[in-house]
Amino acid sequence: MLRFLLTRASLVIPTFLGITLVAFFLIRLVPGDPIETMAGERGIDPARHAALRTEYGFDKPLLVQYGIYLERLAHGDLGRSISTKEPVISEFASLFPATVELGVCAILFALLVGLPAGILAALRRNSVFDHGVMGLSLTGYSMPIFWWGLLLILLFSVQLGWTPVSGRIDVQYFIEPVTGFLLIDTLLSDESGAFRSALSHLVLPAIVLGTVPLAVIARMTRSAMLEVLGEDYMRTARAKGLPAWRIVGLHALRNALIPVVTVIGLQVGVLFTGAILTETIFSWPGIGKWLIEAIGRRDYPVLQGGILLIGAVVMAVNLIVDLAYGLVNPRIRHAR
Amino acid sequence: MSAELLDTPSASAAPAGPPHPLAEFWTSFRANKGAVIGLALIVAVLLMAVFADVVAPHPPNLTNDAAFLKPPFWQEGGSLTYPLGTDAIGRDILSRLIYGARLSLSIGIAVVTVSILVGTMLGLIAGFVGGATGIVIMRVMDIILTLPSLLLAIVIVAILGPGLMNAMLAVAVVVLPHYVRIARAAVIGEKSKDYVTAARVGGAGPLRLMVGEVLPNCAAPLIVQASLGVSTAILDAAALGFLGLGAQPPAPEWGTMLADAREFVLRAWWVVTFPGLVILITVLAFNLVGDGLRDALDPKLKR
Repeated sequence: MLRFLLTRASLVIPTFLGITLVAFFLIRLVPGDPIETMAGERGIDPARHAALRTEYGFDKPLLVQYGIYLERLAHGDLGRSISTKEPVISEFASLFPATVELGVCAILFALLVGLPAGILAALRRNSVFDHGVMGLSLTGYSMPIFWWGLLLILLFSVQLGWTPVSGRIDVQYFIEPVTGFLLIDTLLSDESGAFRSALSHLVLPAIVLGTVPLAVIARMTRSAMLEVLGEDYMRTARAKGLPAWRIVGLHALRNALIPVVTVIGLQVGVLFTGAILTETIFSWPGIGKWLIEAIGRRDYPVLQGGILLIGAVVMAVNLIVDLAYGLVNPRIRHAR
Repeated sequence: MSAELLDTPSASAAPAGPPHPLAEFWTSFRANKGAVIGLALIVAVLLMAVFADVVAPHPPNLTNDAAFLKPPFWQEGGSLTYPLGTDAIGRDILSRLIYGARLSLSIGIAVVTVSILVGTMLGLIAGFVGGATGIVIMRVMDIILTLPSLLLAIVIVAILGPGLMNAMLAVAVVVLPHYVRIARAAVIGEKSKDYVTAARVGGAGPLRLMVGEVLPNCAAPLIVQASLGVSTAILDAAALGFLGLGAQPPAPEWGTMLADAREFVLRAWWVVTFPGLVILITVLAFNLVGDGLRDALDPKLKR
């Protein structure tokens, strides 16, 4: 068991080093002098230029520069944003909860709709319902979500006036961040209506971000259920005269959920991709919007830090999913 | 429509022998209604792209000072001169969508061509040579897979600068690992088989073994991935265009059109609705065909 844990965990190291290389070379691959690139169009006087060159270590050999970079990284120093002068890591830390809140709600939405849809589709194979679910999930999978978001705004915010268009909460509320998750913080605060406001801001972005995972989960659940339903132990369970809900709920679902859980773990990367677009559309103050704005301002330290931290988060989640999977399923643990 | 065309091989085959592989493939592909619909849609978009000069009522970038934000013809104030309405500077939306098909299809096909060529080559090398070379290739692919695809594409565009070519290159890099993995897995599965050993004993060099013997036998998963890859490429390139990092205005690229339309979402639903709809339909069509191809080409699922 320990061997499995260590083997799997050690695989993370080369990938993480690779990502540090990507982040490290990012600013050095941009054509032109890196200091001038960072200074932007304002220009910079020669003395300050030379000072910055020494400060950032651009005058040293590349390998030494990379060593310095790694050392700073080990101390949690990811540099400062050019536009706000704030440390990249603290900006990330303050925006990250917004993205996590959005992502978690998106996955919950995808699970709440996708699991039952997939299960029912499998139970009523080749029925109208089954074809409908499969057709819709393929459509969801093909959806350009930046357009989907605009459509939902058009319908629910503009036509019906049900939900706000952008942001996380109405401006009149000031919520002291405790957890960073507004749904929880508003409940903890005693401002009436704040929770409602936060929730109504969250609904559309969560649906938009959850659409692609929903499609994937529905399809995956359906095919996993179909496979399990054909197994011998299902026939045995039926022959024993167990009630249908027990057969489906206990015997089939439990086994069918194993591949589904893995797929959910793999959706983290997809979620970040979607978050970049969703946050841009809904002006959601999270990591995705932060990164897109950094591109617009040519704020390279933010991009460097962002890609590194997001890479680390994705790797951590994938690792946890893999380990959990190995704990649940001995066949994986002992495979070598 | 092309049914008759592709059916002919079966007619010419010896009646007693097994059907020609192409005919057999077509029979199982045709059984999948969704795939046939997808194919028909792709042909329609393709024709639209090829004959854009003939089909489009207006040039894509022609502005009309007298017709800003005209609604589609069935709405009050709309006319058949601009069937799907006009955008904020009086350009015909239908014409821009038709010309945009050229861009999006070229993006899809170019990206898939580049990534399948490079990816298959890397995969073949990783599978055949193995050792340090193989490990390095697969580690690099792991890194690409770990980073969220759009984020990596954005970073590449940030380095190279925005534009259609750079966006295509970025998308090609992002989708590369899928082809490498498929090719490598297929090679590892195939290379110990008897026919490869026979070819090796017969004196075939590594290049001949890779390209002549093993590659044809792992073509099926690559073809399926290529079809699904076109839809990913179109979607990702449109997303980059939407973020202002892909094709630049006034190019009638569908994602870029949506970016332009964003600020008019409150006033003119048509400038927002139609570009996204054609993206969805095109992407859906390629996904339908990809699913159909998988069912038709995967012998494990057959019958």
